[in-house]
Amino acid sequence: MVVCDIFKYHMSIDLKTIKHISKLSRISVDEQKAEKLAGDLNSIFKFIEKLNELKTENVVPLTSVAETTLKLRSDEIKSEDIRKQILKNSPQDNEDYFVVPKVIE
Amino acid sequence: MSDITKQSLSELVKNIKDKKLSSEEVTKAFINRSEKSKELNAYITEDYSSALDKAKKFDQKPNLELKLPGIPMAVKDLFCTDSIRTTAGSKILNNFVPTYESTVTQNIWNEGAILLGKLNCDEFAMGSSNETSFFGNVQNPIDKNLVPGGSSGGSASAVAGQLTPITIGTDTGGSIRQPASFTGIVGLKPTYGSCSRYGIVAFASSLDQAGPMAQNVKDCALLQEVISTYDPKDSTSIDFKRNEYSKELTNNIKGKKIGIPKEYRVEGMPKEIEELWQKGIQYAKDCGAEIVDISLPHTSYALPTYYIVAPAEASSNLARYDGVKYGFRAKGENLTDMYEKTRSEGFGAEVQRRIMIGTYVLSSGYYDAYYLKAQKIRKLIKNDFDEAYKKVDAILTPSTPSSAFKIGEKKDDPVSMYLNDIFTVPVNLAGLPGISIPAGHDAKGYPLGLQIIGKAFDEQNILNIAYAMEEKINFKNKITDWWIK
Repeated sequence: MVVCDIFKYHMSIDLKTIKHISKLSRISVDEQKAEKLAGDLNSIFKFIEKLNELKTENVVPLTSVAETTLKLRSDEIKSEDIRKQILKNSPQDNEDYFVVPKVIE
Repeated sequence: MSDITKQSLSELVKNIKDKKLSSEEVTKAFINRSEKSKELNAYITEDYSSALDKAKKFDQKPNLELKLPGIPMAVKDLFCTDSIRTTAGSKILNNFVPTYESTVTQNIWNEGAILLGKLNCDEFAMGSSNETSFFGNVQNPIDKNLVPGGSSGGSASAVAGQLTPITIGTDTGGSIRQPASFTGIVGLKPTYGSCSRYGIVAFASSLDQAGPMAQNVKDCALLQEVISTYDPKDSTSIDFKRNEYSKELTNNIKGKKIGIPKEYRVEGMPKEIEELWQKGIQYAKDCGAEIVDISLPHTSYALPTYYIVAPAEASSNLARYDGVKYGFRAKGENLTDMYEKTRSEGFGAEVQRRIMIGTYVLSSGYYDAYYLKAQKIRKLIKNDFDEAYKKVDAILTPSTPSSAFKIGEKKDDPVSMYLNDIFTVPVNLAGLPGISIPAGHDAKGYPLGLQIIGKAFDEQNILNIAYAMEEKINFKNKITDWWIK
């Protein structure tokens, strides 16, 4: 029997891992939600596991389908005063800045 | 003139140019029908009164040289529209009012079109049934209990239900073609880099493309001609010679080589889909095309690859929704608590699931096993198409493995929902253009679509093949107006 890497990984999506990913994702997760997510993610990773059938050591990864080099723009300053527009949708601001909960004690 | 909303875009343009109809009459007709169609839940935001104002203004000094002269249309709520709320179907953007316009929508207004409103979609375009929208699911005009497909479900429902003559959607893994197939309309996913992504709420940046949805191929060609422009504001926009697709449209496809990939004959595919495919092959032959058997050996790896690449890019793109600069903010005890509560309360379940998958596959120790592996397999999938295109000009497949399913049927089983996109996802991974055209009905009377996949930048060719086949198929959508009281 061939033990494949991804299978080993996907089995490890337990509640502890879910908590870890939720912390990295900045999404709060309670116990009930964590259990549901663990079930969903395990079934999705079981599905993804199929990729391990393929040997890919010598394959160059595809990072972009557009086979062109990115264009460079000429170095021109195009600044406008758009402070108002930028702050327009902010949930809380004091006219000049975005306001967030206190960070420094 | 009666039945304005039944007219195709091309008919409406002609009638406005011949001064048989005014923009105001046309706009009023679509507003009236949209107002009677609330049950479909196709709209998230309506903009009817300013649409009427714009139509009246157009009529005062009509510029009939434009390609969409005074034509009203609604667009998917994933395109940023200046001063009009843009939600992406999410609670987290419920109150977001952009201060700028997406390039694709700007192109449409520049050609004389008028915004009717913003159409419902799956949250951040993540879904295949429009059931993940914060603003509720959308009904399929074909049948009350059916999903319209997704993510451009509101768009598909609105075109099939004649709430708008045409629309634009976006397609990351099938989000234009699958709902087009489910509702009996035409939908084109252009080549990656053909339409600017500037001002489109980002989902998976290496896959996302905007594209037209319409009642017929000719209308689709005209809209594609308008929206496809080179745009320096999108670094992946490609500067190539774009055709005047509608003018160059021809049904002469004699001698075109059309490939039939054996790997698309998937296990468990309903007999009706196979029969539709065979019928499609016959239609193509009747049009003078030559049928060639081909192989795309890595097809079955496309979906698992997609479910690494797309969530990885999404988790990165959606990091911007933090409750600081715009959108919904939850109260938190400190900054981190605010971030975590905002994202937990602001995103729906499917979006959270995909952010988590993406975060996991990009996280330390797993990157090579998942993300890098997926990028390598993506290369193999693209190579398959490159090889095939040495032998053929286009590829013909079914658009979806089934007809539209019932609302709620697949909601709790993510993997079975993902399987919907089995025939459309490879096209996005390879960055190719693909068009879905309605080609028949199943035993229940629900529409079924066929997909034509082209070489990169060869939109004209697949539009021509679709145009020729459309004529042979002579599809009639079965819309009974059941939702109009």
